[in-house]
Amino acid sequence: MNEQSLWSIFVNAALVNNFVLAYFLGICPFLGVSAKIATATRMGGAVMFVMLVSSMCAYAIHHVLIAIGVPFLELIAFIAVIASTVQLVEMFIKKISPVLFRALGIFLPLITTNCAILGLALFQTNKGYGFLQAIVYALGAGIGFTLALVLMAGIREKLELATMPDVVTSTASAIIVAGILSLTFMGFAGLGA
Amino acid sequence: MTARNRQPVMATDEFIKGLWRENPVFVQVLGMCPVLAVSNTALNALAMGLATTFVMLMSNLLVSTLRNFIPKQVRIATYILIIATFVTIVDYAIEAISLDLHKSLGAFISLIVVNCLILGRAEAFASKNRVGHAVLDALGMGIGFTLALLCLGGVREVLGDGALFGVALFPDAFEPWIVMILPSGGFFTLAGWLLVINFIKQRKEANAAGAQEITG
Amino acid sequence: MNVAPATPTWPMYRTLVGIGMLCGLMIAVTFQGTRPVIERNRAEALERAVFAVLPAAIARATFALTAEGQFVPDTNATGQRVHAGFDADGQLVGVAIEAAGMGYADTITVLYGYSPLQEAIVGIRVLTSKETPGLGDKIETDEAFLENFVALDVRLDASGTSLQHRIETVKQGKKTEPWQIDGITGATISSVAIGDILAKSAERWVPTINEHLDRLSAGGQDDGT
Repeated sequence: MNEQSLWSIFVNAALVNNFVLAYFLGICPFLGVSAKIATATRMGGAVMFVMLVSSMCAYAIHHVLIAIGVPFLELIAFIAVIASTVQLVEMFIKKISPVLFRALGIFLPLITTNCAILGLALFQTNKGYGFLQAIVYALGAGIGFTLALVLMAGIREKLELATMPDVVTSTASAIIVAGILSLTFMGFAGLGA
Repeated sequence: MTARNRQPVMATDEFIKGLWRENPVFVQVLGMCPVLAVSNTALNALAMGLATTFVMLMSNLLVSTLRNFIPKQVRIATYILIIATFVTIVDYAIEAISLDLHKSLGAFISLIVVNCLILGRAEAFASKNRVGHAVLDALGMGIGFTLALLCLGGVREVLGDGALFGVALFPDAFEPWIVMILPSGGFFTLAGWLLVINFIKQRKEANAAGAQEITG
Repeated sequence: MNVAPATPTWPMYRTLVGIGMLCGLMIAVTFQGTRPVIERNRAEALERAVFAVLPAAIARATFALTAEGQFVPDTNATGQRVHAGFDADGQLVGVAIEAAGMGYADTITVLYGYSPLQEAIVGIRVLTSKETPGLGDKIETDEAFLENFVALDVRLDASGTSLQHRIETVKQGKKTEPWQIDGITGATISSVAIGDILAKSAERWVPTINEHLDRLSAGGQDDGT
């Protein structure tokens, strides 16, 4: 059992060990959909939602697998559950809120291959978080992901018309910006102590 | 993903293309999470590269062998199942070989599962090609990926720790650039390599264009 | 999943179930094959760590603290574990305890050795930490800092239920009392974190261990039952 306080878990997941900028999880959507603030916010929302749901599922799976004595199937179970959770969430949102579905729609399938979701499930298991701790961890990670994505999009919108040398392609410039963001996030270290 | 309608090619070409022309990291910019996260030392980078190569090789082999038995509707689920299996196997193998290595790679071994590169090769190549070609493709891509990881890991370890594979290179007076082993160093090194490669490519194109003008 | 009329359901089930079984089989074989090696490696690593924090020990026995507050020899008992170290004569030289707490960047896990005879912490080893390389990670390498844990006083007070002095981290070079830790300049948070982790853990474990010394000492002979 881990005795870390909820506040400390939250601050650490969102700021100190930001999933994108410190753990490099979810870099693909980070570089892919961070060109506009509006899309970045929606993507962040979708990821946060799926993170919360799959974190709860991962907690349940871990305990079930331990109970029936097949811990080695954990990875396969996580992946299968995340993929089907995304499908379920998609159907669910479509049913209850078509507006939300239109906003998140195209991002949901992308999330299945988002390593941040699987990473969250693996980390919370490794750290031995309890149920409540896991939820707070997922919430923090989701907010941290959204924050990084929106900050990045804000910077990239400003850079769009900037003149750059030929060799600096948009991927290269995005990665440099991410490096600088990652440096600034280091300033948060020590907050969660 | 690169859906290509190419002429039948030489088997060797399937191997070579992953090394440079279609290098998964520097050209396709795929599988970024492990590239950045575990390239802080050359040893970690090498281990990660080899683990990924193994998973890609085995899953390409299996997918290509079974390609006529897998119905289209369930193909992605099947691929993920196969990939996850080999990742689990690699995870246990690394833990058995060296606990320290397993500890420093941490959850990133399991995260090989969601490396888009592997699913990409299974879907775009192995499911449509003969077993021999699929194996060569996986080997080429895997080695290309490993080399790219080593490029990053090498630079980061030399600058950030003054060592390569744990062997100190500089006299004690060398002050390591700690930023290089921190997360941001990963971004900067990758960006640096991308710039170098863009520069080489653009110069080559310019030269080619120049040569064409002369001959034409 | 949609079943297109063109594809009969049978091949889909055949494929998924067949490949699923094949994969399950491969994983199970690997798991069974590597488990003895992994467990041996883990035991060796643990042994090395225990002997590092208890310099006088040459044998160890692991105990788990049950919910009823009793130490039982580690079988499959749940509860936090401690590792008792014994010298060549089978005498208890100390107990190695794992403790964790927040550092600068992430959780720090340490193993420390407590010697009931000296009433002091006699060794420490950082098991996991993600502290900043070159600054915070000095808690693992800085010799002057590790010097603090050769004999760090954790004497119990008269009641025997609490430490007489709480372990505290002070500025580098300002250590005056045996229960103080000389901090590291440039790694303030990390060295204070180590002090806090030890203070909290010692406050909890030292009284418990002293209460059950007989039980733990018996672990050296036979199986301790």
